[in-house]
Amino acid sequence: MEGHDKITIVIGVIGADVHAVGNKILNYTFTKAGLNVVNLGVMVSQTEFVEAAVEADAQAILVSSLYGHGEIDVKGLREKCDEAGLADILLYVGGNIVVGKQDFNEVEKRFLAMGFNRAYPPGSDPALSIKHLNEDLGK
Amino acid sequence: MGIYLLTDFGSTYTKMTAVDVEKGAIVAFSKSFTTIETDVTEGYYNALAGIRQQLGDFTPKASLACSSAAGGLKIVSSGLVPDLTAKASRLAAASAGGKVVKTYSYELTEFEQEEIVKIKPDILLLSGGIDGGNKKVLLQNASVIAETEGDFFVIVAGNRSASGEAQKILEAGGKKIILCENVMPAFGKLNIEPAKSAIRDLFIENIVSAKGLDKAMAMMDMEIIPTPLAVYEACELLSKGSGSEKGLGELMAYDLGGATCDVYSMADGLPKSGAFISGIQEPFAKRTVEGDIGMRYSLHALYDLIREEGGMAEFDPEEVADWLNICKAAPDVLPQGEHAKFAPIDASLAGWAMRLSAARHVGYVERIFTPSGEVFSQEGKDLTRVEYIIGSGGAIINAPDPKTILQEAIYSPRDLNALKPQKSKILLDKENALAGMGLLARSHPEVALRIMKSSFTEI
Ligand code: B12
Repeated sequence: MEGHDKITIVIGVIGADVHAVGNKILNYTFTKAGLNVVNLGVMVSQTEFVEAAVEADAQAILVSSLYGHGEIDVKGLREKCDEAGLADILLYVGGNIVVGKQDFNEVEKRFLAMGFNRAYPPGSDPALSIKHLNEDLGK
Repeated sequence: MGIYLLTDFGSTYTKMTAVDVEKGAIVAFSKSFTTIETDVTEGYYNALAGIRQQLGDFTPKASLACSSAAGGLKIVSSGLVPDLTAKASRLAAASAGGKVVKTYSYELTEFEQEEIVKIKPDILLLSGGIDGGNKKVLLQNASVIAETEGDFFVIVAGNRSASGEAQKILEAGGKKIILCENVMPAFGKLNIEPAKSAIRDLFIENIVSAKGLDKAMAMMDMEIIPTPLAVYEACELLSKGSGSEKGLGELMAYDLGGATCDVYSMADGLPKSGAFISGIQEPFAKRTVEGDIGMRYSLHALYDLIREEGGMAEFDPEEVADWLNICKAAPDVLPQGEHAKFAPIDASLAGWAMRLSAARHVGYVERIFTPSGEVFSQEGKDLTRVEYIIGSGGAIINAPDPKTILQEAIYSPRDLNALKPQKSKILLDKENALAGMGLLARSHPEVALRIMKSSFTEI
């Protein structure tokens, strides 16, 4: 049966962000790598991420943000997950998650403090996040 | 003469329409009280006697029927997330012609379990989780339902990976169960047809006889189906056309009765102004049914809703209360004769019934400001371009001024972001033909369509 050893993830571009190309590439790459992907596309609200993860019983949500508002858009996502009973779900974020060029170590700290398990600098290879998923889920 | 008798066993009246299929016209109509408590065929023969008075003696070529008698087809549906599988299960139950009394989400509580016992549903539609997704809620709710008192069928239409186990749990609890495809197999993807046909089959094979309609069933040339399903099929035919007979295109229909308000839309509902769709994409043929919006049995509930919206402030509350109580005591009453002074109140209540049930049926658009300007996101169906609105049901067709009532189904500035029809023509089903034509459509779709097109009048 499906869904037994396959990792299920939810992906999408958060907020009012319409950058669609990266999302399509991520969907392709993750699916090709054997993950069970629920792709929500662009302009995805926090609620949509959480609800999709609940119905799909996902192990991770991979949020993209490209247009510079990532920091505001993702605030409270971890709390919403807690509220919905997704206590152990992994939260990753990547893209151009903050405005302009900032020291990524600082940026990463801020996102981890908001409850993310991992944050990726611009141009990160999706393969890295697959490796991390396997590690974080003990596979 | 080839006369088809089309009978609608309603909660109060048994309505019979005689159609001459060769002429392609309605030739007689008659109604009589429904006699479900004793023998439902009594009411049938009384109505038939009325038809014979008009047509003389004849042998009908065929007799077809639908029913909403004995409480209609009562369904409780459940799912996981309100906007996702719970919504999908409600859409499936409504499209099958059910009176969807309640829709639950997440794990059923003890309170909700008691509520189900009180509702005494005919069918419980259990869903939750996309295929391969969340299993917990389906299994947990199966356990609760297994221990819920009541002689109802359970249709399991949830996460495929957990359905087998849910079935075992329910069967161990002595429930009659039907396994069915998931109402939402993948995220955001609706799959309501299998659950819809499972409900239809259950109605025909089991529920009809449980409701005392088996004697009537034996007299018919086809299965008895739920009345709202007949209306649904009539609307679909009227919209899409059949063979060389063209349909009317995108339309909506309102059937306002004593207990419920049924709303149908036959339209793709896609964004007409470049908005993004968020949430699930709803089906072309959609029905919603509002159990708390009706003109007699649900009038108190309706008035409460209206007051919450601040409506009907122009009327004296005591006078409204008087009318509500009169209606409660005698659901057959009309605002005429000694009750003529209540006519404006009754009309306002009916208008509000339209507004509120429209608000629950249509989609909404939201304006979002982004760094590169504003964009729009749409949830539900965009019905702004719908060309026709059809008004049906006693509370509309018997009203002195049905147009004012039905106009509430059209967009006005106070509807804000609601994607209601903006300039539709309003048609009145003054002969109450909708359900009958849905029945006739099963054997003579083109005749049924022509009759609807000629008998629905623009107001
Ligand atoms: C094309 C483009 C647009 C197009 C988008 C068309 C579309 N529908 O897709 C349009 C013209 C609409 C656009 C608009 C805007 N854009 Co623009 N856009 C770009 C551009 C040139 C390319 C984006 C792209 O497709 N890249 C290719 C894909 C494959 O890469 P990617 O999106 O980065 O995704 C990859 C990785 O980031 C990673 N990844 C992404 N998410 C995640 C998540 C995880 C968990 C992981 C592990 C990895 C990962 O994997 C992906 C695949 O390899 C970039 C500049 C650039 N070169 O990146 C600017 C850029 C993203 N845009 C930018 C801006 C500012 C805007 C606007 C605000 C401009 C404006 N003021 O109007 C608007 C915002 C509109 C909105 N509401 O979203 C800025 C963002 C700056 C910031 N973050 O500080 C950029 C970086 C340009 C810049 N240097 O200033 N844009």
